[in-house]
Amino acid sequence: MDAHDHLITAPHLDAPDDFYEALIEAHRGLDTAQSQALNARLVLLLANHIGSSAVLREALQAARDSA
Amino acid sequence: MDTAVANTVDYQSVVFPYRRSPDQDSATPVRHPVVVVGAGPVGLSLAIDLAQRGQRVVLLDNDDRLSTGSRAICFAKRTLEIFDRLGVGERMVGKGVSWNLGRVFFHDQQVYEFDLLPEHGHERPAFINLQQYYVEGYLAERAAQLPLIELRWKHKVMGVETHGEHARLSVETPDGSYSVDAQWLVACDGSRSSVRQLIGQESHGRTFKDRFLIADVRMAADFPAERWFWFDPPFHPGQSVLLHRQPDGVWRIDFQLGWDANPDEEKKPEHIIPRVKALLAASSNPALRDAEFTLEWASVYTFSCLRMDAFRHGRVLFAGDSAHGVSPFGARGANSGVQDAENLAWKLAAVLRGAAPDALLDSYAAEREYAADENILNSTRATDFITPKSEISRVFRDAVLQLSRQHGFARTLVNSGRLSVPATLRSSALNTPDRDAFAGRMVPGAPAVDAPLRSADGQPGWLLHLLGDGFTLLLGAGPEAARAADELRAAAAGLAPLTVLTLGAPGSGAAWIDADGCVAQRYDLQPGSAVLLRPDQHVCARWRRPDGDALRTALRHALALS
Repeated sequence: MDAHDHLITAPHLDAPDDFYEALIEAHRGLDTAQSQALNARLVLLLANHIGSSAVLREALQAARDSA
Repeated sequence: MDTAVANTVDYQSVVFPYRRSPDQDSATPVRHPVVVVGAGPVGLSLAIDLAQRGQRVVLLDNDDRLSTGSRAICFAKRTLEIFDRLGVGERMVGKGVSWNLGRVFFHDQQVYEFDLLPEHGHERPAFINLQQYYVEGYLAERAAQLPLIELRWKHKVMGVETHGEHARLSVETPDGSYSVDAQWLVACDGSRSSVRQLIGQESHGRTFKDRFLIADVRMAADFPAERWFWFDPPFHPGQSVLLHRQPDGVWRIDFQLGWDANPDEEKKPEHIIPRVKALLAASSNPALRDAEFTLEWASVYTFSCLRMDAFRHGRVLFAGDSAHGVSPFGARGANSGVQDAENLAWKLAAVLRGAAPDALLDSYAAEREYAADENILNSTRATDFITPKSEISRVFRDAVLQLSRQHGFARTLVNSGRLSVPATLRSSALNTPDRDAFAGRMVPGAPAVDAPLRSADGQPGWLLHLLGDGFTLLLGAGPEAARAADELRAAAAGLAPLTVLTLGAPGSGAAWIDADGCVAQRYDLQPGSAVLLRPDQHVCARWRRPDGDALRTALRHALALS
């Protein structure tokens, strides 16, 4: 059983500002369609790393709810 | 409302008299050890610090007035601690509006609140707000008390020639030009530095494609003394707003306008007034909705983050905005400039006294270039969040704000400014690397953190006020402390002035008692341990069992003697 079977939404990033800058930088030079594609790939990569279906479902719901 | 306003000097109206200098009648250029150009907060702080260290200074300013408009208003704790050492801290804090808390709003809701000084046991607040003209006025009055400072108003530098042993300045005054020589020339002449241009140097960096209206508004409003930042509020849709309380019932409001705004139009009162009215009308306090106000000053700015490649060019040194510029979100401009001045003053004084080689000034450049990079990084990140530079950046920015309403992790990503903290000079060449294990943040290169103390006879005190003008050794009280203190003082003799401050728990026999345990906790100072502080109150070495040889080696290192 995964130790993290709930989505963590308390601060958990090692270096929030460093990550945020790297994320924006990853999109440098991309047009809208390319950025969307990159985001889609990133979501899939990170989702696989997380693994837990329960956590992923919570994340999908949280993203929808925060609009 | 400040009822003493009528008795206060109007620093925006003060005019300083031009005086002819005897240098202007000299057949050959007079040589001075130090000439500082620019009597703003950085030049004045540097001159005062040098004079307090016994060094004569000539300070030139091309004008005869202080700043108009509030400009740099947020002065950080470290800067206040420097001002304490310069003899102006109490005045600044007395007049300024102290604050620790900030709130961030998205649309019409608060998403985030932060406390910049969550722990007790510090004399100074995280920030004070004080108009730049007060800061300059108080510094100028302090400088006038120091006979070693010769302040020449309306002496404008028109030319700089650099030589091996000095710089020659051509100076223009209302009654003629003259030349003067400086063994060391320090340019504190701001973002449009003439000295920088005259020696053929430039700053490099980037400009943010945005415009901000900065206004001083006098109004009887009761918003608390907190920094309030709005992203996309209903009263200024699609843009950001920043609100700060200042002394004298004046509020500072920054409105983001966007790149397409017309600066000349936006500065007009008829365009500013509706913006302020909209902000007040949105207030939850009915009394504020129709509050009266007057506009005191306004300007439209475009921000840049940039710096010179090197802050030392032979005999010429750069400090403050002449060396580096940042966008204001985070208040890292004037604060880092005053920290530059503190870093430089003791080094220049030591070099001129013959206590250190002029290579020590290379450490000024290296340390403050590093600090400037940290300030530029943080200011850039904040400005990118406030002014996203691409569509995708805006998408992520808005996603962070949306998530921040409910989720704690997103609040750490919200960036309306990473407020100024002094850089820890971790990789400074003047540091002695730790050979012993210590916990906490007082690593070599860290600025000393304050702590409450009590004297042996019960008087309260603050650690930073007890530090010497030269080096200071904090020594943990214990059975060996008195003997160790004597040995260490003797080891420093002839090399550097050293104050030994013995600190410890009640009953330890220390001259100053760490009553709340803050020193032990913050410095990991145990009985027998020692922490060596530079004259600018930065840690440069620490040991569990210090000995004379280790101390001498560390002092030589801190003076660039080895």
